[in-house]
Amino acid sequence: MSNVLIVAEHLDGRLNGSTAKCVSAAQALSPDTIDIVVLAADPASVAAEAAKLAGVRKVLTVANEANAHPLAQVLGPQVVKLAEGYSHVFGPSTTFGKDLMPVVAALLGTAQVSDVMTVESSHEFTRPIYAGNAIITVKAPADRPVVATVRTASWREAARDGDAVVEEISVEADLPAHTRFVELAAGSSDRPDLQSAKRVVSGGRGVGSEENFRIIFDFADKLGAAVGASRAAVDAGYVPNELQVGQTGKIIAPELYIAIGISGAIQHLTGIKDAGTIVAINKDPDSAIFEIADIGLVGDLFKVLPELEAAL
Amino acid sequence: MKILVGYKRVVDYNVRIQVKPDGSGVVTDGVKLSPNPFDDIALEEALRLRDQGVATEVVVATIAPANAQAHLRNGLAMGANRALHVVADQPVQPLTAARTFLKLIEKEQPDLVILGKQAIDDDANQTGQMLATLWGRPQATFASKLAIEGGKATVTREVDAGLETLEVDLPAVVTTDLRLNEPRFIKLPDIMKAKSKPLETIPFADLGVESGDFLETTGHAAPPKRSKGVMVKDAAELVAMLKEKGLL
Ligand SMILES: Cc1cc2nc3c(=O)[nH]c(=O)nc-3n(C[C@H](O)[C@H](O)[C@H](O)COP(=O)(O)OP(=O)(O)OC[C@H]3O[C@@H](n4cnc5c(N)ncnc54)[C@H](O)[C@@H]3O)c2cc1C
Ligand SMILES: Nc1ncnc2c1ncn2[C@@H]1O[C@H](COP(=O)(O)O)[C@@H](O)[C@H]1O
Repeated sequence: MSNVLIVAEHLDGRLNGSTAKCVSAAQALSPDTIDIVVLAADPASVAAEAAKLAGVRKVLTVANEANAHPLAQVLGPQVVKLAEGYSHVFGPSTTFGKDLMPVVAALLGTAQVSDVMTVESSHEFTRPIYAGNAIITVKAPADRPVVATVRTASWREAARDGDAVVEEISVEADLPAHTRFVELAAGSSDRPDLQSAKRVVSGGRGVGSEENFRIIFDFADKLGAAVGASRAAVDAGYVPNELQVGQTGKIIAPELYIAIGISGAIQHLTGIKDAGTIVAINKDPDSAIFEIADIGLVGDLFKVLPELEAAL
Repeated sequence: MKILVGYKRVVDYNVRIQVKPDGSGVVTDGVKLSPNPFDDIALEEALRLRDQGVATEVVVATIAPANAQAHLRNGLAMGANRALHVVADQPVQPLTAARTFLKLIEKEQPDLVILGKQAIDDDANQTGQMLATLWGRPQATFASKLAIEGGKATVTREVDAGLETLEVDLPAVVTTDLRLNEPRFIKLPDIMKAKSKPLETIPFADLGVESGDFLETTGHAAPPKRSKGVMVKDAAELVAMLKEKGLL
């Protein structure tokens, strides 16, 4: 008998797609119930979205000004109060979930299973280690709640044809005042979101400069694709950090991934292993990216990209 | 101000780890071991705070088998004042690591603890958050900028949406992201100097840590291999192929 509580991720009153992926992972447990908790200053709009996710019984909302920003040490004690009676507490393996779920696990005095790829049984899961170079099966103890983060690239979003009950609740928990939100500098963009886009075009150090990255953005716009980057491109300041794909950036699974001027270091490849089709454009024929690319094109990106745009 | 730094020894990031054919584990015999890259960054940040006069003492700590002394000497050569070696024969899981660090905190009373955001062997990304929780202190994970003033730390964090800034009261736990700094190289004379710096060994059992190693690993598998694809000769052929696959 599994009862799963999922902690919803949201920003600016919108539910993040990662929550729908947690629902899919929860469904794989064939549980008795799946509930979602929305902790926010004003949870209504997020809860309404969450209530549509297929297979969800209840959406619990905790409205509190202290929840206006997702501070892990503030949210954690509330989640733990609510976790009573649940066999599993899931969050997404995004920076939100990675920050919060270990707090929940520590308060519950249990271990956390990070980056769940597959559910083998109610207490057995697979997860990657060593930058995805090995996949281990881990067994969580049966006498404690299972706290886990769900590797978003491994799961599809649950359908949105559900109609769960929304229940407002209040939680009595001591919330610390030692942490204050100052600001969020979000890269505003009309482009598709990197983590959920069907197509992603990424540029690496080979692009050469911030100005040159324009051609990556233009090409992506032509395809209706999100833009990603290698760590080297981010470190060099060509693009902001939230575009980094890889072991320590975003792990993504688009239908089409086009890597341009990226050499294919293992830390980068970890982030794209689940992509449908990988295309690589690189001027070095010996580049490691060609080892895993489904379609490779050797050439100078500054010559190839205009040709590609023309051929579209 | 005293800073405690987590300094884990891991398989070097350049090693392409292989799963043993019988699935019993990964091949680690004879592979190169190095400080966890995020912990090098943690140590570098602590040293910079000491260079700026913000901190007075930097202590590196590791939980590792007895043969990890050279690893700690490395941290001392980079510039740490002292090293703590909690000797544990087996690797510990994040909850146990956090409980162990809590004991070290009780002993050392640091004003700031800097850990890596993740160890690149288990890729768990948990220990710092668990430690802050057990300690009842603030956490600022995935830091790309850190400033300390008046008993507070202002930390810029790399989050999925962009850059978030938090202000936390000290003491606190900060975990590092890649762009916080670029660690310095160790100079030869410093390796000599490190030999005489204090390195305290503490048997794991002496700390009275209740184990939190609740996860049992029941299998290892190699990741599904992506087969090598095809090469196309030009842009036109690429577009044609993508169209054929229904991707454009
Ligand atoms: C702990 C750790 C974590 C890491 N995490 C990540 C991560 O999350 N994501 C990540 O990406 N990396 C990560 N890295 C870094 C990784 O090891 C590589 O250094 C990085 O991915 C290299 O980026 P790159 O391929 O853009 O640059 P390079 O390796 O320098 O490759 C540039 C490529 O561009 C090609 N090129 C140059 N000019 C042209 C041109 N005109 N036309 C076509 N091709 C051209 C070159 O042939 C070359 O292959 C991590 C490293 C460590 C140690
Ligand atoms: N055995 C250990 N020895 C020293 N530091 C550790 C150890 N385990 C975890 N840490 C610290 O915790 C961070 C995160 O580790 P993890 O939660 O395992 O990904 C590491 O970067 C280290 O700073």
